[in-house]
Amino acid sequence: MMASSYNAKDEDGHHPGSVGSGGPGAVKSKKPDNTAFKQQRLPAWQPILTAGTVLPAFFMIGLIFIPIGIGLLVTSNNIKEFEIDYTGVDMFSPCFNCSQSYSWNSTSACTCSVPFTLDQPFESNVFMYYGLSNFYQNHRRYVKSRDDSQLNGDKSSLLNPSKECEPYRTSDKKSIAPCGAIANSLFNDTLELFYIHPNGSRIAIHLVKTGIAWWTDKHVKFRNPGENNNNLSIVFQDTSKPVNWRKPVYELDPSDPDNNGFINEDFIVWMRTAALPTFRKLYRIIQKKKDNMTPTLPPGNYSLEVIYSILEKRITKMKTQIKMLRFTVFLRSVYCQIHKLPELSMLKKENILILFFQLQNLTFISKFYLLFFCNYL
Amino acid sequence: MKLIGATAIEDKLQDGVAQTIEQLTKAEIKIWVLTGDKQETAENIGYSCNLLREEMNEVFFVAANSPEEVRQELRDARLKMLPDTEEDKFLIPETILGDTPKVVEDENVNGDYGLVINGHSLAFALESNMELEFLRTACMCRTVICCRVTPLQKAQVVELVKKYKKAVTLAIGDGANDVSMIKAAHIGVGISGQEGMQAVLSSDFSFAQFRFLQRLLLVHGRWSYLRMCKFLRYFFYKNFTFTFVHFWYAFFCGFSAQTVYDEGFITLYNLVYTALPVLGMSLFDQDVNAGWSLEYPQLYVPGQLSQYFSKRAFVMCALHSWYSSLVLFFVPYAATYDTARDDGKDGADYQSFALITQTCLTVTVCVQLGLDLSYWTVVNHLFVWGSLGMFFILTFTMYTDGLFQLRPSSFAFIGTARNCLNQPNVWLTVALTAILCVLPVAAYRFFYSQISPTINDKVQYRPAPRPRRTRLTRRSTRRSGYAFSHAHGYGDLVTSGRFLRRHAPARSMGLISTGRSPGFKPTGRSAGYSPVGREQNPKQKVEPTSLQMFRAVKDTSF
Repeated sequence: MMASSYNAKDEDGHHPGSVGSGGPGAVKSKKPDNTAFKQQRLPAWQPILTAGTVLPAFFMIGLIFIPIGIGLLVTSNNIKEFEIDYTGVDMFSPCFNCSQSYSWNSTSACTCSVPFTLDQPFESNVFMYYGLSNFYQNHRRYVKSRDDSQLNGDKSSLLNPSKECEPYRTSDKKSIAPCGAIANSLFNDTLELFYIHPNGSRIAIHLVKTGIAWWTDKHVKFRNPGENNNNLSIVFQDTSKPVNWRKPVYELDPSDPDNNGFINEDFIVWMRTAALPTFRKLYRIIQKKKDNMTPTLPPGNYSLEVIYSILEKRITKMKTQIKMLRFTVFLRSVYCQIHKLPELSMLKKENILILFFQLQNLTFISKFYLLFFCNYL
Repeated sequence: MKLIGATAIEDKLQDGVAQTIEQLTKAEIKIWVLTGDKQETAENIGYSCNLLREEMNEVFFVAANSPEEVRQELRDARLKMLPDTEEDKFLIPETILGDTPKVVEDENVNGDYGLVINGHSLAFALESNMELEFLRTACMCRTVICCRVTPLQKAQVVELVKKYKKAVTLAIGDGANDVSMIKAAHIGVGISGQEGMQAVLSSDFSFAQFRFLQRLLLVHGRWSYLRMCKFLRYFFYKNFTFTFVHFWYAFFCGFSAQTVYDEGFITLYNLVYTALPVLGMSLFDQDVNAGWSLEYPQLYVPGQLSQYFSKRAFVMCALHSWYSSLVLFFVPYAATYDTARDDGKDGADYQSFALITQTCLTVTVCVQLGLDLSYWTVVNHLFVWGSLGMFFILTFTMYTDGLFQLRPSSFAFIGTARNCLNQPNVWLTVALTAILCVLPVAAYRFFYSQISPTINDKVQYRPAPRPRRTRLTRRSTRRSGYAFSHAHGYGDLVTSGRFLRRHAPARSMGLISTGRSPGFKPTGRSAGYSPVGREQNPKQKVEPTSLQMFRAVKDTSF
């Protein structure tokens, strides 16, 4: 091969032994394909951070977040919440006697009565929650301690629950139904609300106990064994109740077969373990009145009757129905926190709007600062 | 004597060699030439490739016959370059060195110097008592040309540089006599061509023309380094973020090692949700396109200085992950603390919390990858958005009724996706988390690129690139391109046995991955071709070495 066979335009890596491209027995060229994919020439979008894109983007984000923050702030201020702590640790609280004298084996339940007053009427549906603090439902061994097959109604798991339920798997040589530590620690305080009428009479407030669990939980995840057999005491006959329960599982709500056994909604709500050590769970719903004029809970004196069972710090909370709940209280403070906001929350709605309006008139620099302050929480 | 005829061999340099060498020199790559040719041929090559230049302060010639003379000449050259160097600062005494070889530091000299040393002298210079002196002197020069070098000596020179300098060496050659050098260097490049396939078969990379080296190093080498570093940084980031969240959750779950996420998510996170996007980034990413890479060889320097991934970069990545994990845990924590759904039912349960955190994490790392990607091809779009879509598809699939009925204990999260992701506050949480994690990074990068832009930033902000081919104007040398083959060959050197190894050389342990990359050696029988040349004066006295004659020509003609 002569030196002259190489020229500037020849970019091929031709094998020196290859003889042109015409011969039928020519050596196949090892040249890689000259496609855009293989030669790293694919068309592409190449964004770079310039002042013209970044600053308007930041500004837009701020502009979007501020109205969201305002919206959340306004909505969350419409939530009315009332909290009653009935743990009874304090010597002068109504439930002090119950909290001192309680033991696991006591047959008679201890009752106590907590009076309270509502200043503002609660409209629309009122949700009644019980809350626990420092109760670690998210402990790893606790979360594992259940048998989902058994709770789904599987017959073989009913009599032979999974090993995860240890040590709450069997008792008296019979399998426990439902097994596990979560079921064993079921919250079974009973709370009742009474309205004390100005003329002295006590009116019991009707509390709805269904519709408190997720639909998928109630209808798919939790199923009673024995399919449609309504006589649950026969279905559960070879099992024993959990150690710390007073009643077996088929007596959780004998009056309503659709709320008895594993599909009891209080039980389902409890089995949905909480994420954090301080939590609340829906207990009852107070339906709004048929005519939309009377508030569900008018202002006045009320009394909470407690049938005490487990000893943790208990809080009963009531909430009006809202669109965005407690979450919004946090979100609004993040989405648009200005120094004055904590004080703003004390103000009435009208004042809040006025203050926001005034803030819009700030100079550009302050707005910029506000923007970054919003963004860099 | 009756003159019957004359034979001449023309051996041209390939096209683009001079330009390539110039570009590589601009990229802070030191270039040495190791050739078996005669000294004048090698000098011609040097001048025609612009390795040796007229403007150089001096070109030292080391061609002595005894070790002491070689040492003296090297020492003289060194003292001329740096007059006040300490004599033995870098010279190790002749006794044993110790386990770790010392590193010869780079020394800055004022002015450009060249060194031409022939194989005979090199045989003395490569002995253990003089090799450091030689290396030190050679590294002070801008260009080193070793002529009349045997194949073994080529390998020895490469190994010397590997051993005592913190640098990556690349050897390029096209003949069978280059094989040992190619194998000795960190990176061996073979040029497939006239001289057969020996060099190609023993090399790491091979191509047909020398000028492709420019593209190999400045375009593909640079992109490869950039992609590798981005890949590593992002991989560490996403996994640290994923893991640190559990650390924060430990404070709230009684230190019981409860995972924040669903087990299915943990399995699929690295496998499905974040594997393809980062793969796409490490295959296709380009910060500066090929044309600009070739035009600005200075872009190569950050790779030599290991700027994109070092201990400092790793620590910054870990800090970034730490901050992201704080946001990724505490924003969902605060959002689910004491909350319920719109209809009053439970929204703060463990499964909803896990799902919210998973969604926040996946969206955040995808957005972070989007910020890292600077070259969005169709494939990248597909991978990134596809992975995010896969996350939602698989999540919904795993939480359906059907799979739950199949294995209740494995798919216990049934219904969570349906009940949790229809809450608008969940989506607001996801948006907030992603923005809080990514916005500071974007702002930091933006401010840094405005306040102290790197060369990459400066090049990126240029308008659309237009790669020009600058014709290198050959500096006029009035040197002759002709060489006379009347001097002795190097048979004496070969038969003297001087080049034989006396002991196993100390090889460097593993790859030295940092530092500058010198040691580029174009070989082959190509000689410089200078179109404008003056004829040699045939009346010059023929000296034992062609060197003297050349010098004489230089003195009288210019």
